Amino acid sequence: MLEIKNLVVQIEDKRILNGLNLTVNKGEVAAIMGPNGSGKSTLSYVIAGKEDYEVLDGEILLNGENVLEMEPDQRAAAGVFLAFQYPLEIPGVASMTFLKATLNAQRKARGEDELTTPDFIKRVNAAATQLEIPKDMLKRALNVGFSGGEKKRMEILQMALLQPSFCILDETDSGLDIDALRIVSEGVNALRSADRAFLVITHYQRLLNHIVPDTVHVMHAGRIVKTGGKELALELEANGYADYRETEAA
Amino acid sequence: MADVTLMKTPAETALAQAFESAKTLLPGNVESRAQAFELFTQRGLPHRRVEEFKYTDLRAFLREIAPFASAPSVDEAKAALADAKALAGIEALQVPFVNGHLVREAVDFHNLPENVEIVPLTEALADNHDWLAKLSPVKWASENPVYQLNTSFMADGVMIRIAGPVETPIHLRFVTSAASAVATATRILVVVEEGASVTLLETHESTNGANHQPNDVVELIAGDRTNVQHVRVNAEGDRALALSTLAAKIGGEAVFNSINVVAGSATSRHQVFAVLDGENTNLRVNGATMLKGTQHADSTLVVEHAAPHCESRELFKTVIDNEATGVFQGKIIVPHHAQKTDGRMMSAALLLEEGGSMNNKPELEIFADDVQCAHGATCGQLDEDLLFYLMARGLPKKEAESLLVQAFLGEALEFVENEAAREALIGTVEAWLKARS
Repeated sequence: MLEIKNLVVQIEDKRILNGLNLTVNKGEVAAIMGPNGSGKSTLSYVIAGKEDYEVLDGEILLNGENVLEMEPDQRAAAGVFLAFQYPLEIPGVASMTFLKATLNAQRKARGEDELTTPDFIKRVNAAATQLEIPKDMLKRALNVGFSGGEKKRMEILQMALLQPSFCILDETDSGLDIDALRIVSEGVNALRSADRAFLVITHYQRLLNHIVPDTVHVMHAGRIVKTGGKELALELEANGYADYRETEAA
Repeated sequence: MADVTLMKTPAETALAQAFESAKTLLPGNVESRAQAFELFTQRGLPHRRVEEFKYTDLRAFLREIAPFASAPSVDEAKAALADAKALAGIEALQVPFVNGHLVREAVDFHNLPENVEIVPLTEALADNHDWLAKLSPVKWASENPVYQLNTSFMADGVMIRIAGPVETPIHLRFVTSAASAVATATRILVVVEEGASVTLLETHESTNGANHQPNDVVELIAGDRTNVQHVRVNAEGDRALALSTLAAKIGGEAVFNSINVVAGSATSRHQVFAVLDGENTNLRVNGATMLKGTQHADSTLVVEHAAPHCESRELFKTVIDNEATGVFQGKIIVPHHAQKTDGRMMSAALLLEEGGSMNNKPELEIFADDVQCAHGATCGQLDEDLLFYLMARGLPKKEAESLLVQAFLGEALEFVENEAAREALIGTVEAWLKARS
């Protein structure tokens, strides 16, 4: 599904990704763990198409198509979804207005009909109930005055509505208490399917107890330095990232 | 002693000639017009060295004076009104003007809603009506050259008295349908008696491609415990030079809300002069301006807290595309006795492209020592991170920009109480954004 080959990326002359290779298959949940500054968030932004980054080399293929040539909205319509580490507040834009605009924009880009309002509301209500999002929250401006947990739940709500095929969760566990972590994880797990792949970026093994990955990759200095099964996460939790730092120094 | 002759610009000379030939034809007392024109002539057309016109140099903008419009035939007027679009479809008492002249046939003067009385200005002037004494309630307006020109040339208008609560909004609809450039001068006086309430809709539209020169004045005298909601739309044609003034004197424990939405004209200047003349009154003056190409729009505001314990809120939002220019000049005046005044004025501009410009000049003039007053002015671009967030959710760039612009302007529109009017204003914003993409 997703294939990243020799990706080299810099921002303001600072090299962040250094020949990164990564493959995520259909139906797979892949976790990326790594210390601060290893380039995890950069990777998520580059896949989603943020402008500030300069791609010097390599390619990112989604179902064989090079997403680097697409605008962020085209990537979204092609199935990429990034759940932001820090979801942005948009004063003056009601959450419902936002959800409807995004859903219909993607449908339009794929040549599908716009949803009718009753159909749209039905879908939102179903997803909101599962994520324990109260209706009055949907009437408020997007993310404005939301708690950290509410913002993350709103990200997963968007994911549930937009039904992307490749989901990136960028430190979705940061700022969540235990209950919110459970709700968010259940929301993600409900979306796991044979047609959908996930890239779960996290510092901590905790999230991976709830969203159990098929593969775990360790990222360091802009590269994937080790790949293993879910047990690798436990190993990292016990030993930290020191081993990989030493590898780099040697 | 040598005589000093001030050099007149061609436009000033043309105005003097126009006044000479029109003054005896215009309704009412020639003397009061002549006085106003004399006051205007003493200083002439304001230019950039006149502080209040620093950013809107009328001498430069007004190089030629268009001929004053004559009254249209009934058929012409009907056709023009049938084509009118601004705030169309909202249930209201229609008081229409075509080419600056009241369309009397469209108003049933003997069958007006309860608590509403309307007298055509031409009649009032000819009969020397009692209400004429109420004109010019605000000195800040009387000293203003644009207002003085209106007083000199005002050809038509209405005087409206609101004696109690009025449910149906009153729509003052101004349409200029002349194919070639015309000048118009209209004067509206609205007297709202103690305890009365009314919603005033005011729209201005004109043909594209002609350098129309409307100069419109609305004067409001609102008594104690009144509630007046005012929604104004400038949808003038693309070459119009539109000058307008709102002069309001508000009594105590009253509410007055006014918004001006600018979506038209090549050059415009809307002046608001408001005096809060009684305690515990609440004033809100908002503006939402959308500019593109080389448009120029000026919002000038003077709020005088003439009584203590009043609250005023002013919020002006300007969106500037291409090489357009926005101007905001706002002044809150608090004399020494107006203690416990609470005034907040904000102007925010959004520049969508390089090459646009915004001039913000907020001022506070405070002589009282126990007041809360604040002002702010910002100029900025659309937030790149917000744009990325919206695009990452699937919105194409133009749509993402539109959503953020709507949200930006929406803040100035949301207080409009009349739901149909608010929806129509949002529609105006959407239409502007659609034309852009």
